[in-house]
Amino acid sequence: MDELDARIVNAIQGGFPVTERPFLDAARALHTTEDELLLRLKNMLDDGVATRFGPLFNAEHMGGAFTLCAMSVPPDDFDDVVEQINAHPQVAHNYEREHTMNIWFVLATETPEEIDSTIAEIEEETGYVVHNLPKSKEYCVGFRVNL
Amino acid sequence: MSACESTFPPSSSMSELDRAIVLATQAGLALEPRPYHRIADELGVDPELVMVRMRKMLEDGRIRRIGLVPNHYRLGCTANGMAVWDVADPYVDQAGEQIAALDFVSHCYQRPRLPPAWRYNLFTMVHGKNRYEVRKSVARIARILGDRCSAHEVLFSTRILKKTGLRFG
Repeated sequence: MDELDARIVNAIQGGFPVTERPFLDAARALHTTEDELLLRLKNMLDDGVATRFGPLFNAEHMGGAFTLCAMSVPPDDFDDVVEQINAHPQVAHNYEREHTMNIWFVLATETPEEIDSTIAEIEEETGYVVHNLPKSKEYCVGFRVNL
Repeated sequence: MSACESTFPPSSSMSELDRAIVLATQAGLALEPRPYHRIADELGVDPELVMVRMRKMLEDGRIRRIGLVPNHYRLGCTANGMAVWDVADPYVDQAGEQIAALDFVSHCYQRPRLPPAWRYNLFTMVHGKNRYEVRKSVARIARILGDRCSAHEVLFSTRILKKTGLRFG
């Protein structure tokens, strides 16, 4: 990555214009050309420096329901329980974390009712309590990678 | 209300066109001079209409933002910790807004307490080059929260057990 790549990453993590020639408009602000910007973006995606270029959607408004679940499972049962949890297609992500609450997974379902039924199924299959921690409020994040 | 909060009611149904635009762009925008015209061609509609609808989705929060999604791991940002905070209820919104504005926090949510198993009501994902850097950032949050927060912990992830992308259809 060179200085222009770094400026592109820093500048273009949001606020990409919705205009007829958006790359041209964005390139002007970066003091480069449309062709150069398109090439740099293509290279960053090809090289895996960036994973995606485009709109980021608010998943909750695309239909469906989401929640974060936590479980506390002893080491002896850990692998079996993980297998039982992951067998559910509603489980989108699942992470092991260093804590007595050691399994954290996200459920994504088509309806709110399906959240409850999936949790009930996982509790019955595993014999462990699933703590349901749906977000009650989201705060606006200023997160960005600064190079 | 903060800028990232959506005014689009989750229960309302999207128009067919908006849904088609979402489907056409969920893999990303075409890297060509007129990407919105490309979408319009694919959907057989006027390009101006595609742009109007996309601006509307940005405005009401269905689109969070449009841009490049950097690969944090490839850019050396390999450590992340879920920092959880027990913030006195009257202060949680104020604290949440304040902490979310920090540039190393990628997610900031209020979630229910589930006593006695779980006392924490504010969740923040903190990113850094290594665990030391994450811990330093967590300490900075702790200083900002001060007396409003009675306890906190950082939960580092040790393994990804499952990861499938969310797909809309």
